[in-house]
Amino acid sequence: MWFYEKKLQYPANVRRCDLAMAKFLFAQYGGPDSELSAAVRYLTQRYTMPIPQAKALLTDIGTEEMAHWEIIGTLIYKLTEDATPEQLREAGLGDHFAQHDKALYPHDAAGVPWTAAYIQATGDPITDLHENLAAEQKARTTYEHLISLTDDDGVIATLSFLREREVVHFQRFGEALMQVQEHYQHKHIFC
Amino acid sequence: MHDYRSMVELLKEIQALEFGVYELALFLDTHPGDRRALEDHNRLVSRLNQLRKAFEDRYGPLRLDSESPYPYRYINDPWPWEIQY
Repeated sequence: MWFYEKKLQYPANVRRCDLAMAKFLFAQYGGPDSELSAAVRYLTQRYTMPIPQAKALLTDIGTEEMAHWEIIGTLIYKLTEDATPEQLREAGLGDHFAQHDKALYPHDAAGVPWTAAYIQATGDPITDLHENLAAEQKARTTYEHLISLTDDDGVIATLSFLREREVVHFQRFGEALMQVQEHYQHKHIFC
Repeated sequence: MHDYRSMVELLKEIQALEFGVYELALFLDTHPGDRRALEDHNRLVSRLNQLRKAFEDRYGPLRLDSESPYPYRYINDPWPWEIQY
């Protein structure tokens, strides 16, 4: 089970209302390589992991991704907080406003709704861990794109933190992959 | 207002400590036999528990399984997305 902790993992400040940036940030809120995809992917795959290290890692990284999803949601909330419908329309968020007002509905930067088709869980731990290595790199790249789209130092600080987490997760998934591979090698020798 | 800034500063300290705990926990998931990392983890957890207790005594529960004074204080604003950090 989970308990909510009433705090963000990392501070999220914005200097001003920036609707264009809010629109771009939806990439990491409800896009293919978003924090939501990451959380659901890892928390789904963990059941079929063969060793304790991998079960623990997928549980804990999956949980951290939910905290990152909350951080992205906070940035979008703050960037759009003071916007009028007309301003949202001018920024390309008129479609969003028509269907969701300022609600944090999970879709990507172009308004395409989140779908489980963004993730995979094959039941093959080696395949799934490879998917996760790729997912962390794709998310890192997306953060670099997002950072280059803003000059708001508050937003940049938070996105830089999230980018660094992708690098650490990639490292840990690589270690888990090696341990799972070793696990299978020993199994084949001794069984 | 002064109290709000103190609340945010304490919250940031908790965020920093909890980050250290989380980072070490992920490391320990794949290195459960690393004694030094485990000692660092346990030391930070102990400090984190103290700070969390100090925060909750002053500003209210961070979790629904924390004790609360009457009336139930967990629900109070600001929620995490409303805070000016």
